[in-house]
Amino acid sequence: MTGFVGALVEAWGELRIHRLRVLLSLIGVAVAVAAMTGVTALGDITRQAQSELMEAQSGRPATFRVDAWSETGTLDATATTTAFRDFVTRYEIEQASLVTYASMPVRMPTGTWEVQVQAVDPPYGAMHRIAPVHGSWFTAADADRFAPALVVNEAFLRELGVPDLTGRPTALIGRDEPVRATIIGVTADLWEGAVPEAFILSSAFERWIPPSPEFFAPPALEVWVPPEDADVAEQFLNRDLTAALGSSAQVQIYRQDAFGIEAFDQVFQLVVTGIGLLVLMLGALSLVNISLVTVRQRIREIGIRRSFGASSGRIFFSIMMESLVATVLAGAIGVAIAVVAVRNAPIEALIGWGSIQDVPPFPISAAVTGLVAATVIGALAGLLPALVAVRVKPIDAIRY
Amino acid sequence: MSLLELHGITRTVRLPDDSRLDILRGVDLSVGAGEHISIVGRSGTGKSTLLNILGLLDAPTDGEYLLDGTPIGRLGNRRRARRRGDDFGFVFQQFNLLPGRTALENVIAPLLYARGRTFWRRHSIATSMLARVGLGDRLESKPEQLSGGEQQRVAIARALVRTPRVILADEPTGALDVDTGAEIMTMLDEIASDTGAVLIAITHDLAVAARASRHYRLGEGVLTPITIAPRTAGTLAELGDPLTATDVVDPEAAPVLADAEASA
Repeated sequence: MTGFVGALVEAWGELRIHRLRVLLSLIGVAVAVAAMTGVTALGDITRQAQSELMEAQSGRPATFRVDAWSETGTLDATATTTAFRDFVTRYEIEQASLVTYASMPVRMPTGTWEVQVQAVDPPYGAMHRIAPVHGSWFTAADADRFAPALVVNEAFLRELGVPDLTGRPTALIGRDEPVRATIIGVTADLWEGAVPEAFILSSAFERWIPPSPEFFAPPALEVWVPPEDADVAEQFLNRDLTAALGSSAQVQIYRQDAFGIEAFDQVFQLVVTGIGLLVLMLGALSLVNISLVTVRQRIREIGIRRSFGASSGRIFFSIMMESLVATVLAGAIGVAIAVVAVRNAPIEALIGWGSIQDVPPFPISAAVTGLVAATVIGALAGLLPALVAVRVKPIDAIRY
Repeated sequence: MSLLELHGITRTVRLPDDSRLDILRGVDLSVGAGEHISIVGRSGTGKSTLLNILGLLDAPTDGEYLLDGTPIGRLGNRRRARRRGDDFGFVFQQFNLLPGRTALENVIAPLLYARGRTFWRRHSIATSMLARVGLGDRLESKPEQLSGGEQQRVAIARALVRTPRVILADEPTGALDVDTGAEIMTMLDEIASDTGAVLIAITHDLAVAARASRHYRLGEGVLTPITIAPRTAGTLAELGDPLTATDVVDPEAAPVLADAEASA
């Protein structure tokens, strides 16, 4: 016990005495660890950003989409809608939405526009990570409004000639009996030059903008279930909806989320980690170099310690500990730099995929990897000078 | 029983031209607890080698070394290192203080190899040791801020801080002026006497050698007992030509070198 503590105290003392040398030699290690840790963390955040992007487009795991149609004629849209709603109610599925793609006339200052509209239910927002930049997404209460509510994109608002939602903007929508809809939320344009688009609640869509029955395709159903229940959900959807819609209907159920697709390019991560390792190796080489030179300078000191009763094992351990304590410290500093850099860097701008909703916490694995890398480097860099130190005969060392 | 016993110790090194050089030739020595021994001899006669063998820093080529009756040759490196730390204190000619460390840190250094209470109380032990050598007010001074005499005091405090049973001093006054050297030797003698430690000093200085209770001369690898009368100064030239081992087996027969001034 005292031997171990003694070696630690000795190593710490050595570091303190040679702090400038230690500092200079460890800058490389700290930078390398910071780079490696930062890259790993950045990789995690990028992966999260990309998966959020994919989830926004195709739903979160596990999202099923159900389409129904008839090969012989037109499927009864109302019956299909009822069958879908019954299913959701029966199994108490909280995250489910009917989805209808349509267009609706909107009176803009420049004239009447046919705007792409998606009629959905309130859970659709969470299912597709829709985060309005102004206002809010639909809630269940919006279904009870006298006037329909709209969530529009920025292009819509721009075309309407309205800067933001402070003036509670409205838009006149509809074909034969236009109705004034309230804009309650604005989503970001997905790309530059986006055209006006809008979301409307399914119930409002059916009530206010009923399309002519002969053109009205039944809505699709999207359900978001826990991934572990995916198989059961698929089975039930198939069984119940096929039965409910009858033999004339074709029911297609498919998993819509990016299931099984690797969100982040592993090769990219490997390349960046490889570069990090290379930097780490260079840092280690300079550390070994400096350690070897200083061990030669410290041979007399090592001899003096031998006269105090230091065994060759203790000398070896001391030099190793010195290197380890130093590199672990440098590693911790490197990790801290990485944390500060990753937390403060404009990551979203860097990645360029829009904002991240669930910013992942700084990955512990990255910090651990950084510290482990630093420790391994410390051990390797300490090994060579420690071996040199042990080979020195005490009698020669004192006279050195 | 003797604390240290050397029987027929030889030390041979192989030179680069593959020839052999005998540094020590059949050295016999027996030292009891509390004795003060001095060994004189010219440079290159093997004094330091003998001291290093005594202090377990070097191993003899042949012969037997008993420490407290234990044959040292049979001890492994680890146990030798432990006994070196526990039983020996070294004072070097060039002080050999650890650079960059304060006086206190230098004296603490050997205590980092101690165990139990001594290890955990290392600060207070080192502080009181430095006070004992008169440097209680220079604890935080670094070697370069201390005079030669003060540095050697720190070295003495460091050598004695683990209360060794044997103090090995290699030219302890070699780098000091005469007065400071005398002062340092007085202190070393006193502390060694107080703790009952054996003091073995190797020196060129006959005045320093004369302080010991027993005197030896090392010439051409052979250790011979001699008697040196107390003096304040003296040179090795007074010893004349190197003596052979057979000349002085009996200390009584050895030349007695009186202090020139005293006899005048």
